Amino acid sequence: MPLRAKVATSVSKTAAALSRAAGRGDGSVIGGWIGLKIDPELLSHLASGRAIALVSGTNGKTTTTRLAAAALGVLGPVATNSFGANMPTGHTSALAKAGATPFAVLEVDEHYLARVIDETNPRVVALLNLSRDQLDRAKEVAMMAQMWRTALAGHPDVAVVANADDPMVVWAARGASHITWFSAGQRWHDDSFVCPESGDPIERANGDWWCTGCPLRRPQAQWRVEDDGVVDPRGDWHLVKLQLPGTVNIGNAATALAVAAEFGVRPIEALPRLTTVASIAGRYAQVDRDGRNIRLLLAKNPASWLEAFDMAEQAPTLLSINARDPDGFDTSWLYDVDFSPLHDRPVLITGDRAYDLAVRLEVNEIPFRHVSTFEEAVQSVPPGRLEVIANYTAFQDIRAGLDRVN
Amino acid sequence: MSDSTLRIVWIYPDLLSTYGDRGNLLILGRRAAMRGIPVETYSVRSDQPMPSTADIYLIGGGEDGPQALAAQRLISDGGLHRAVNQGAAVLAVCAGYQLFGHSFFAKGTKCPGLGLLDLSSDRGETRAVGEIRGDIDPRLGLPLLSGFENHGGRTHLGPGVAPLARVTAGIGNDGQTEGAWHGKILGTYSHGPALARNPAIADLLLRWAIGADSLAPVDDTWPDRLRAERLAAAGA
Repeated sequence: MPLRAKVATSVSKTAAALSRAAGRGDGSVIGGWIGLKIDPELLSHLASGRAIALVSGTNGKTTTTRLAAAALGVLGPVATNSFGANMPTGHTSALAKAGATPFAVLEVDEHYLARVIDETNPRVVALLNLSRDQLDRAKEVAMMAQMWRTALAGHPDVAVVANADDPMVVWAARGASHITWFSAGQRWHDDSFVCPESGDPIERANGDWWCTGCPLRRPQAQWRVEDDGVVDPRGDWHLVKLQLPGTVNIGNAATALAVAAEFGVRPIEALPRLTTVASIAGRYAQVDRDGRNIRLLLAKNPASWLEAFDMAEQAPTLLSINARDPDGFDTSWLYDVDFSPLHDRPVLITGDRAYDLAVRLEVNEIPFRHVSTFEEAVQSVPPGRLEVIANYTAFQDIRAGLDRVN
Repeated sequence: MSDSTLRIVWIYPDLLSTYGDRGNLLILGRRAAMRGIPVETYSVRSDQPMPSTADIYLIGGGEDGPQALAAQRLISDGGLHRAVNQGAAVLAVCAGYQLFGHSFFAKGTKCPGLGLLDLSSDRGETRAVGEIRGDIDPRLGLPLLSGFENHGGRTHLGPGVAPLARVTAGIGNDGQTEGAWHGKILGTYSHGPALARNPAIADLLLRWAIGADSLAPVDDTWPDRLRAERLAAAGA
């Protein structure tokens, strides 16, 4: 490593440690930010010599990254940005902090995928899904798919692991020469009614999809979810035992197994490692407080709300919504979510934008109670499970109130 | 209303439903039901014929490709033109608002619109993103407009339409005016579920559709709190 990069790495680690010590954050961004100021090519330097997998998509990337890192652990030490800091500053921090590891699995914000592919020269890129997420800032779905496609076409040596169920992902992945398809299901279809290739309607039936105007259609998946397990490319079924809830996480496990297989890890070796993952930066974490068992679920956009409802037990449920910078300032996505699964349980609402949620729930005819604080919510439900579903900064607020539970 | 049932059509949700546009359909249906008005709602996809006999038509926002496709299909179908000529009420939002005019720009190309509102749209130099607030045309007798806008277009009104509102925060059509109004057609850049923050506009559409001067009041505690919060935020 050049001297400049060595200095930058050292300063970066110090800054991250200071940030943690000062209680200002995970230290997962600030260290990388300072390091990149000293050496703009620091990420490339830190990446070189490692076999790297990148994981990108709108939803599930933090969990899938964590699972894939666990699976690759079979082979040796793995660097990963496990705090969800998924932009180049976060990648730089993660690699600097980990020291020299033979492997890295990095979660990448979908907007930065092209740049991070250029800088880290990954062996594998996993593409999970593309759906609407903070449209006041994010690129529209079709533009994002185009960016991915162009990025992959420029790196024919990269092995792509891609979701066969998402037409936008399939179209984007077609730029690559080595593709492994997985099928993890897609509950959210509203962003792929129209073919990204031809503009014609996309038809769906029995898990299959095809464009009505051009040859684009669902490819045969080598990896797929079946019941509570995963079928591998040889056709062998493996039971997936996770501590994480929901069928969506079986899908994330399938993706992680497919990524690990690109490095030569067999499912039978990886599966016990997946079982050890209990929570990810507070997501799915359970905290006992005042006789309540509080479970934290993060939901950032319509697709992930549907998944959170699927995971949540029939128990009192607190919904918390903010619209600060990391969340996007626009709350109109609330109307893309059907809240009717909450009909059968007591609902509490809080957060900066609780009034948006109140109006939305009224339209859905869901009774609710507005509380000013998380503490008030905890005190107003009976002992037992309290499910908490919150978007990004609302989730971080609540997590901070629970001593930054991981 | 041709019989006792109010019919509401959501135009092409497969193409124009970028962000929460379904909300307007849900809110209209709910506010009608709270007044005991029987409602039927229809989501008409772009591969289906557009009925011409409904009472209220809703059209939402979308990306450039789907917007151009929607305009093409609505022009060749003709059902929406017949409905408007028969006096149907319309709420057109964002991309749907633009395509009600004479022309709009999509993917750098000038596209013909439906010509149902005397206006045309082109691209602005900057994207208008954020809270919007405006004084609605006093002839409509409505409280302040509150919304969130997110669009790259600028819209130029002809003499055949009135602005829906004068902008007091945000951009709207051009930084001065926001949206358009003609007959029973309302267009706005207040995107997505615009009626969530503007229940009075929802009630105006319902009154137009059923031919009533007023509707029974409903409990608007939460929409009022939301409006107060967002109107204050737009002023900040």
